[in-house]
Amino acid sequence: MKTICFYFQIHQPYRLKRYRFFNIGRDHYYYDDYSNEDIIQQIAARSFIPANRMLLDLINAYKGKFKFALSVSGVALDQMEIYTPEVIDGLKELSRTGAVEFLAETYSHSLSSLIDPIEFQSQVQQQTQKIKLLFDQEPKVLRNTEMIYSDDIAEMAYNMGYTKMISEGAKVILSWRSPNYVYKSENQPNMKLLLRNSQFSDDISLRFSDYTWKEYPLTAEKYISWIAATSPQEEVFNIFMNYETFGNLQPSHSGIFEFMKALPKFAFDRGIEFSTPSQIMDTHKPVGTVSVPLPISWSDEERDLSRWLGNKLQKSAFNTLYEVSERVRLANDRRLKKDWQYLQSSDHFYYMSTKHFYDGSMHSKFSPYQSPYDAFNNYMNVLSDFIDRVKAQFPDSVDNEELNSLLTTIHNQEREIKKLQSELKKVLTENEEKLVEKTSRK
Amino acid sequence: MLGWEFPPHILGGLGTASYGLTKGMAKQEDMEILFVIPKPWGDEDQSFLKIIGCNNTPIVWRDVSWETAKERLEKYMNPEEYFWMRDNIYADFNYMTTNDLGCLEFSGRYPNNILEETNNYSIVTGVIARTYKYDIIHAHDWLTYSSGLHAKSVSGKPLVIHVHATEFDRSRGKPNPIVYGIEKNGMDHCDHIICVSNLTRKTVIENYNQPEWKVSTVHNAVEPLSPEIEAIERISGVKEKVITFLGRITMQKGPEFFVDAATQVLKRTKHIRFVMAGSGDMMNQMIRLVADRGIADRFHFTGFLRGEQVYEMLKSSDVYVMPSVSEPFGISPLEAMQCNVPSIISYQSGCAEILNNVIKTNYWDVDAMADAMYSICTYPGMAEFLKEEGKREVDNIVWEDAGKKVRAIYDSLV
Repeated sequence: MKTICFYFQIHQPYRLKRYRFFNIGRDHYYYDDYSNEDIIQQIAARSFIPANRMLLDLINAYKGKFKFALSVSGVALDQMEIYTPEVIDGLKELSRTGAVEFLAETYSHSLSSLIDPIEFQSQVQQQTQKIKLLFDQEPKVLRNTEMIYSDDIAEMAYNMGYTKMISEGAKVILSWRSPNYVYKSENQPNMKLLLRNSQFSDDISLRFSDYTWKEYPLTAEKYISWIAATSPQEEVFNIFMNYETFGNLQPSHSGIFEFMKALPKFAFDRGIEFSTPSQIMDTHKPVGTVSVPLPISWSDEERDLSRWLGNKLQKSAFNTLYEVSERVRLANDRRLKKDWQYLQSSDHFYYMSTKHFYDGSMHSKFSPYQSPYDAFNNYMNVLSDFIDRVKAQFPDSVDNEELNSLLTTIHNQEREIKKLQSELKKVLTENEEKLVEKTSRK
Repeated sequence: MLGWEFPPHILGGLGTASYGLTKGMAKQEDMEILFVIPKPWGDEDQSFLKIIGCNNTPIVWRDVSWETAKERLEKYMNPEEYFWMRDNIYADFNYMTTNDLGCLEFSGRYPNNILEETNNYSIVTGVIARTYKYDIIHAHDWLTYSSGLHAKSVSGKPLVIHVHATEFDRSRGKPNPIVYGIEKNGMDHCDHIICVSNLTRKTVIENYNQPEWKVSTVHNAVEPLSPEIEAIERISGVKEKVITFLGRITMQKGPEFFVDAATQVLKRTKHIRFVMAGSGDMMNQMIRLVADRGIADRFHFTGFLRGEQVYEMLKSSDVYVMPSVSEPFGISPLEAMQCNVPSIISYQSGCAEILNNVIKTNYWDVDAMADAMYSICTYPGMAEFLKEEGKREVDNIVWEDAGKKVRAIYDSLV
């Protein structure tokens, strides 16, 4: 029995405002509220709200047989709570149908899995807490930022209690094999994997309205017939894409909504089902193992990290950011912690990419900056201010380990003092009682 | 080719560009170049072209012996050519002041009587145009446009004019009407116009009313550094980072924006020094401005730099800034990149069209410029990236390619 696994990703970063170096030390608010509000409201109106409604209608029309998964970054949720609460309401409604599975990911849509395991774990926790709070679900399947995955990340995720992940069906890891099966990690055999079928996914998310494509126009019937025509052993079709495909990346006049509305009918006619990732990984046995020594992602031809950490600018900004992570964790200033989350979004590094100089791709379309250098400058200025604030929390001369032990000592002594105080109180009251007894006896 | 400057004795970017372009074109096997300049010094590199000096070209017949000609001219050219040219004197110029060889004097610079000198250049070109055989006339900048037209009327060969700068760039939009007239006349009557950037091309089309089809862009390139220059070491004695402005201190180059940005940076940090290298009519004004802003302790003037000094200055810099208000091309950021120096340039520079690994700002956006300066001096990642990628990028911008484009234009005209 063939089954389609839809998964949609929602993420929007907190874009930074123009932050010159004169601002360092004087101005601790970093975000471009105007454009953040503007962008998310536009996307909500064009994409999220109509898509929520369409998918809810489909679930109701097919009485829950139409299913899919969603992953919404914490940063996007924060913004939507402020600017477009109606999207959150729509997502809550979807969650209540029971046909939508929410996935775990990093709160900031960050690259922390590549450098800082503790931060990675804490971000996934923050994210799942947020999902629990808003949608009353406990995510069971982990999806790392931009599908970034490697053997090390699988190991980390397993130690965090996850046994299911989704990632990219990259050629480098699968070679001749098909992504249309369940796999498991080679070094952590308890970790099951669903891998994205990039061809079927991109047919919708990239090529749907491309009139130079030889299959244009793509109809639901044709699409389902391709899936039906695969060999009978291939049972799982992982169609993972950005939620903005509906209405934003593929504008509504391209017919993307009508395509999606028609899809379930043709699928059920051909005996194809819909499932969520955890259902599939619960019911299917892995057919093989994949070994991924170097991290992969779902970006570019190369499916590597070059978009985020491809050049020296990106690497140096990235390393500078994570140099302070331990210090930030020791601090307990709420604003500082929030800024820490927002500064980690992978998008900031994406804007610094210089790849488009060479491959002529359309990368800069999403960047609010005029050039990668501009992006780097602005980010580094903000980061300098942020680091100064972190350092202001504790003196710079004390190193992290020492600081940690000092903090523990302080903490312990506090407890000790409390204990002693209560003992003292007890003794005092006892003595008082004795005194009272004595005087009364006299 | 008709030009005004040729290395090693150069005054501006025109000489460098003329040299690079001719050298790049000389790599084409069937290309022979005759380059006319007002006054050769005798130490020009003539290995790939032939240089004719206007001040060695007779316009009045004098009875000169072979020995005299040899003695006087051997340093510059084959003395025999003097006699060939003497046979082609086309009018009576006895009313002009000529020397014992029958030649006019030229300064070879940009003197106050430049219009007279361009006129003389045109007279001399008449002789040269009649003496030699050629297929194309190529005139560099307005100084030679009239002589280009003269040569065209003598020989009937197609004239290509090469716009390295327009009067609009030099004067920030208030052109001298006489110079404008010469430029317009040259453009109107030539066969093709080559501009050094799309920015210049736009000026030519819009301000000189030229049809689009007649105007092409061929971006400049750079000569690879010679080993002697590669070997120059950083000589700066200060610990601080050095940010450099290098060029003529004139209105066109936007020096006051550099001073303003420096003021902004120095308000915040003390680990940076600024250098303004070069000379020009706005130099005193800039010195006053620097004093006025109270940053004179960290802002230095070097005066005019020549030859190797330029590279010593570049190699001792951490950032090169070119805030030009209107720069047709601007070869110096490319030279800075060759020396591994990160560059900040204005969008109003022609070279911004072809460079990726530099920081670009608007010349008036002093805040952005200051921010970029601070960033390169403060964040090592940025400096490293621009150094390496910039060097790699600039090493791929070669004159040979520009020469091929020029050749394609020639082929369409012949």
